[in-house]
Amino acid sequence: MSLPFKIALRFIRYNRSQSIFIILSIAIGISVQIFIGLLIQSLQTSLVETTIGNSSQITIVSKIKGTPVSNWDGIIQKISSDPVYDKEIKYLSPSVNTPIFISEGSAINSLLLRGFDFKASDPIYHFNSHIIEGTLPTNDNEIMIGKQFAKDANLSVGKTVTVFTAKRQLKILKISGIFDFNVSAINSSWAISNLQTAQNIGGFGNNVSSIEMQVVNVFDAKKISEEIVKMLNNPSIKVENWEDQNADLLTGLQGQSISSIMIQVFVIVAVTLAIASVLAITVLQKSKEIGILKAMGLTDGKTGLVFLFQGLILGIIGAIAGAGLGLGLSFMFAKFAVNSNGTPVVPLEINYFFILISMIIAITASVVASVIPARSSIRLDPIEVIRNG
Amino acid sequence: MANIIDLKNINKFYISGKMKFQVLHDINLSFEEGSFNSIIGPSGSGKTTLMNVMGILDKPQSGEITIDGERIDKIEKKRLAYIRNQKIGFVFQFHYLLPEFTIYENVLMPYLMKDSKPTKEIIKRAEELIDLVGISKIKNNMATEASGGQQQKTAIARALMNNPKIILADEPTGNLDSQSTEDIYALLRQVNKKYNTTFVIVTHDRRIAERTDRIVEILDGRIISDIKK
Ligand SMILES: Nc1ncnc2c1ncn2[C@@H]1O[C@H](COP(=O)(O)OP(=O)(O)OP(=O)(O)O)[C@@H](O)[C@H]1O
Ligand SMILES: [Mg+2]
Repeated sequence: MSLPFKIALRFIRYNRSQSIFIILSIAIGISVQIFIGLLIQSLQTSLVETTIGNSSQITIVSKIKGTPVSNWDGIIQKISSDPVYDKEIKYLSPSVNTPIFISEGSAINSLLLRGFDFKASDPIYHFNSHIIEGTLPTNDNEIMIGKQFAKDANLSVGKTVTVFTAKRQLKILKISGIFDFNVSAINSSWAISNLQTAQNIGGFGNNVSSIEMQVVNVFDAKKISEEIVKMLNNPSIKVENWEDQNADLLTGLQGQSISSIMIQVFVIVAVTLAIASVLAITVLQKSKEIGILKAMGLTDGKTGLVFLFQGLILGIIGAIAGAGLGLGLSFMFAKFAVNSNGTPVVPLEINYFFILISMIIAITASVVASVIPARSSIRLDPIEVIRNG
Repeated sequence: MANIIDLKNINKFYISGKMKFQVLHDINLSFEEGSFNSIIGPSGSGKTTLMNVMGILDKPQSGEITIDGERIDKIEKKRLAYIRNQKIGFVFQFHYLLPEFTIYENVLMPYLMKDSKPTKEIIKRAEELIDLVGISKIKNNMATEASGGQQQKTAIARALMNNPKIILADEPTGNLDSQSTEDIYALLRQVNKKYNTTFVIVTHDRRIAERTDRIVEILDGRIISDIKK
């Protein structure tokens, strides 16, 4: 252990109450920083998750609105065999969208019939976990309807309905199940079938309305969609991504991130000032000891190091305590801030990398804060101390 | 014998406002290696200032200072720190121990400044010095727990730690009773004999001064007598 380090440790131990004060201010600052940072990150993740977690993040549609995408299996083939697909795209599946009209009693209800290749689409929509009654359509001419519509139209599993298609034909469909996607618009306006049924009803032949994708990193969606445009080089299609479609949400998130960073910067500045002022007082209090040490031959450089080490040691202890406190706060929040059904208001996601970065910033700030006192200790002339007793 | 300390034409003054107050007037003074000397004079005559100039803690406005053959009035700060650490041991009037450290650690401190890992021999030397000054019983106590006399003894052991050629002691027995004064004087003598260390002791106490080999008397910043026995 080098002498300046040893002296720094002793100074810290000897001035116990001041040291505790500094450690506390670092710890409180860092815990607030970590808590707010984690909370906002989790909030954003859960917001993004609810917005796009159960939907298509990149969608290939026809350039002309309302017309189908032809040669869809060729497109899927091409994307799947590209290295981009392996790395960045999680799921890839075709879907058919076509309006249907169901007359029940006096009302005519318009629904959107969505035909899926269930095997390929399930990872995107998680159909199975949203079925509350019955099963997925297993045969042609079977549909699933939403909870809200089932209630409004007084329909239940096993019943048949007569639908009027966009091509002005009548079809009889059997209800195989009822779903609940937790979104009332979907629960009241979607009907779900397999791909062929929807293709038949909408007169799509072998074409589809869209090809839907989910990506590994949702914030890469825009970039990937641009890559796909280049890769397919197909003038008759258009590639949409959620980032363009949810520009408002993204602006909101960005604003939130900036305010979170601002809070964190101010916390760090306040902590740094607190450390610097307390350490400056320490230099005054320890001027006698510094004078003696210098008179005995401690070099200016090593004298300055004593204070840098004090900043470092206090910073490390404070950062560790702060991380503990911040995690504690976060866990308490996750435990006590819950909805009526017991699920947390914001599902907290512990980002250890962020915590580590916060700790490193705190330690760096402590060392930076100790530069001023270190410099004044370097300037201290031992003769002043010796002469004045 | 060679001069270990050599002061030539030293002038030191303080300026406060428009007043210039000269504390040392054209001092010429040398001490031989291994000699045992005292400086006496009334309060305010400039004894401490002279000591601080010799110990290169204070800078005179003019004059030449040579320590152990090296001109030190023109060298860089790092070298000054090295000379203070290696060649000079200080015993201050107000002992000035470090309260954060034990007696033993205070004694070892000057060594740690150049090498943070003491060897077996160094640890043995520290123990010997602690024995020599008679504070072995309390060596693991904190410095603040020792009495005035014990603290002064610790300061002496500390001054000896790096085996310096020069010990500068400013009223080392100023605050002590006559028995402790006797002890410390005997101790300084013993060290002088054992290690051939040069001593310059500032004192008010004529009885102490009488027992040194040379008495330099100053008054108002001038040497008024210099008696060698
Ligand atoms: N920083 C200073 N500014 C102005 N005058 C000073 C300063 N330091 C010392 N002096 C003056 O210099 C003179 C010599 O002081 P010094 O401390 O060397 O005396 P001394 O002989 O050691 O006295 P004592 O026996 O009381 O310790 C004194 O008159 C003192 O007032
Ligand atoms: Mg004095």
